[in-house]
Amino acid sequence: MMNIVIPDLRPVTPEIIITLSATALLMLELIFKNKGIFALIGISTAAAVLYAMPMSYGETFFAEGTAMFISDNYSAYFKLIFMISLVLSILISVRYIQRQKAEYGEYYSLLLFAAAGMMLMASARDLILLYLGLELMALSTYILAGIKRHDIKSNEAAIKYFLLGAFSSAMLLYGISLLYGLTATTDLYKIAEHLKATEVTATLLLSMALIAVAFLFKIAAAPFHMWAPDVYEGAPTSITAFMSVGPKAAGFAVIGRVFYIGFENIQTDWTAIFIGVAILTIAVGNILALVQTNIKRMLAYSSIAHAGYMLIGIIPGTQESMSAMMVYMLIYAFMNIGAFSIVILLEKGDEIKDYEGLAKSHPLIAALMLVFMFSLTGIPPTAGFIGKFNIFMAAINAGYTWLVVIAVIFSAISAYYYLRIVMNMYMKEMKEEIIIHPSISLNAAIVLTVLMVFVIGIIPSIVIG
Amino acid sequence: MQEIGYPILSTLIFLPIAGAILISLIKRTSDTFIKRTALLISLITFVLSVPLFSSFDKTTANMQFTETYNWIPSWGIKYALGIDGISVLFVLLSTLLTILCVTVSWNSIKDKVKEFYAALLLIEGAMIGVFCSLDLFLFYIFWEAMLIPMYLLIGVWGGPNRLYAAIKFFLYTLVGSVLMLVGIIVLYLNSGQGSERSFDILHMMTISYPYHIQLILFWAFFAAFAVKVPMWPVHTWLPDAHTEAPTAGSVILAGILIKMGAYGFLRFSMPLFPEATKAMAPAMMILSVIAIIYGGIICFGQTDLKRLIAYSSVSHMGFITLGLFALNTQGIQGGILQMINHGIVTGALFLCVGMIYDRTHTRQIADYGGTASVMPIYAAFFMVFTLASIGLPGTNGFVGEFLIILGAFTASKTLGVLAATGIIIGAGYMLWLYQRIFFMETNPKIQGHNDINLRELLTLVPMIILVIWIGIYPNTFLSFMDASVQNLINKVNTAGLVQTAQQAVEVIK
Repeated sequence: MMNIVIPDLRPVTPEIIITLSATALLMLELIFKNKGIFALIGISTAAAVLYAMPMSYGETFFAEGTAMFISDNYSAYFKLIFMISLVLSILISVRYIQRQKAEYGEYYSLLLFAAAGMMLMASARDLILLYLGLELMALSTYILAGIKRHDIKSNEAAIKYFLLGAFSSAMLLYGISLLYGLTATTDLYKIAEHLKATEVTATLLLSMALIAVAFLFKIAAAPFHMWAPDVYEGAPTSITAFMSVGPKAAGFAVIGRVFYIGFENIQTDWTAIFIGVAILTIAVGNILALVQTNIKRMLAYSSIAHAGYMLIGIIPGTQESMSAMMVYMLIYAFMNIGAFSIVILLEKGDEIKDYEGLAKSHPLIAALMLVFMFSLTGIPPTAGFIGKFNIFMAAINAGYTWLVVIAVIFSAISAYYYLRIVMNMYMKEMKEEIIIHPSISLNAAIVLTVLMVFVIGIIPSIVIG
Repeated sequence: MQEIGYPILSTLIFLPIAGAILISLIKRTSDTFIKRTALLISLITFVLSVPLFSSFDKTTANMQFTETYNWIPSWGIKYALGIDGISVLFVLLSTLLTILCVTVSWNSIKDKVKEFYAALLLIEGAMIGVFCSLDLFLFYIFWEAMLIPMYLLIGVWGGPNRLYAAIKFFLYTLVGSVLMLVGIIVLYLNSGQGSERSFDILHMMTISYPYHIQLILFWAFFAAFAVKVPMWPVHTWLPDAHTEAPTAGSVILAGILIKMGAYGFLRFSMPLFPEATKAMAPAMMILSVIAIIYGGIICFGQTDLKRLIAYSSVSHMGFITLGLFALNTQGIQGGILQMINHGIVTGALFLCVGMIYDRTHTRQIADYGGTASVMPIYAAFFMVFTLASIGLPGTNGFVGEFLIILGAFTASKTLGVLAATGIIIGAGYMLWLYQRIFFMETNPKIQGHNDINLRELLTLVPMIILVIWIGIYPNTFLSFMDASVQNLINKVNTAGLVQTAQQAVEVIK
């Protein structure tokens, strides 16, 4: 007879809450016609998750001696970022999806499922669970990218994302299976133990590289970034905002966990890969952003560049640099979603030329966009500066001064494309009437993000240390 | 140390910033009210800055009016302010020039009035912050934050080619600044010798960094300061920015902003990297002399009034850096005084150009001629500033340039001689400019314009007073910097000795 043990589920409480809520939303669609309530439920769920988090610390054992799931400071911090990006995405979605005729109950449900997947990723200490979380997140975002069913661009984005995403998932599985072949386990700690006792083989490096590629795909690092601009452009803007933060943060969470724990033994090998990728990502992101005419594409390349800066936090592998990377992610969530909420606020805001003369017709909105653009550039006294400063300081402290010099030069170049938006808003004449769609939830998101950009910029002590 | 009942430096920084926020809350349509508020705030700021002049203790090189609070404890960052003899005059110049910028823009800025005055006041606050910061992190915040309103000032209210000029200004400065940021971080990480790491520059000055680190850091800081000064060959943003900026923008640029580069050398590069400074001084002096002569010769080819003055700034800033890197009392005192002088004279010249541009809407020198007969009072003012720019004895320009050349001669005879030829070139292009604009046949485009009005007259009078005051009795101003400059020179000159002494001790051991 099989011995059935009910594992300690306490550490998984937040995930259970969000999954139940997501499932419930699917059913509620049949009852409620007003989708506003869905947004409310989504936000309450995020609040409940954050409430449950402090008491969830610990590990869940599913079988004797094997913990698949770990809830610690590291995962809690990422889950906080997921919840922030979830709440902000919901806030900017409410009216926008009505306007876009994409107001389905599944929309909110899928957002919650995606968030649940990310949370599993951040907490996975087993590659199988990690893969499940990653797929849950990925499948939800594939659908969300294509949720504007009647829009060809949205369809294209979803298909493209799906095909390339499936390809990267396959790489991940291939990497995991090779690793399993070498170590006979999928538990990260046991893998690490095993690798310490054996020699480094080409197969091991191959499996490490395959896993790295899959994760780098998720964070849209060059040269695995090709999907990002097309998908960001085609997807509904609220989903673009979500995708540019949530899955990226989840990608970084698993990179940190898998490479620092599982591949601890071959750190020099993967550091070399990440250094190359980081430089390439920063260069490609910033240079290609210069020539974009669509703001969503520009922000896509900008988010690629930001992934590059965050990779600089991964490379030294010190406590300091990891926490700098995590702080950067948090700051990035606020400023990037803030920028996207302005894009959503405008009736026609997809093209960079749509912003011409905005300062004349809507000075306040232009001023807010200006704040987000300068924050993304990293000019003080905004949060973006604190984020960059923090990461650069950690990297220099670990001896990567030359890498930081490359990064700051490109960061200065990035000013050109962010300022182009400012230039259009302030220094050009309006061509056609600009229509805006303010709503309570969208305004709340904008106020919240701009406030955080300033507060973190002026009193950084609340996020560091 | 003299104390005043309130945190004077914080007030000077944040009053204009608060004023900018206040202005942005005023209703858009009430232009006059906006202008009056801006004027009032800049006047109050100036009045509040006067105690710096009257209560300043000239006998000490220590920081005065200091304020220190913990800001970001986990990084050892403090909100630390204070001024000494090097910075005090710049604070005063900033508060004065801002008033003049407000008055000169009174009628010429008609579009987005609210944003204009808000940006102007933000710049004022940030400028004063740069001169008062005693914490490198705080300094960097102000240094960079100033770029935002300045970029808008050039780009929104500037001339036809303003978009190009604004982005060029921003990118040049930013590339330099981020390299300095790397330098600042390296400096910070090395500041923990025997104590907690900190960004406190007074603490950093007590540490002697190894020579190779000093050398790298010197160049990292050089990247930021040289672009700002601007030194040859990174000066190319200045003519564009000066030319396209609105009058107030040009005045701020010429008067204060480009002084920040030279100030940075004095405040950071020299005391923090004394040995590197000494080793690099000849290179810096050569670059300065190139700027003096090159900038001057280029002036002869200019057809645009503002562009000519912009290139003359390159030449004049060359004098200033030459004086500073002569690394002797005359040179440095002359350099600092000339920074103030150049702020006054070039600021005034840009004010004058702005006034005539408001009437004629052209900056082409060829469109002028015979202005002296149409606008005699204006011509007289312009004459004084022209002569001050040339360095005629009796004007402030003479004192500064004389001290600088004296200092340069002491350091290197050849460079002193070459720099002196720069004065002759300067006399050439300025007098030729004056001739083309004010004498010769009256150009029809000038005909019928009114002479300057009372508002414009009042804008120029303070400048005239300063030109003559410094020209005749420079000691009022030089006395401020005596102690601080002496202290700085001792620091730079003894740094190497300490090292040598240490080496000697090691050899003996």
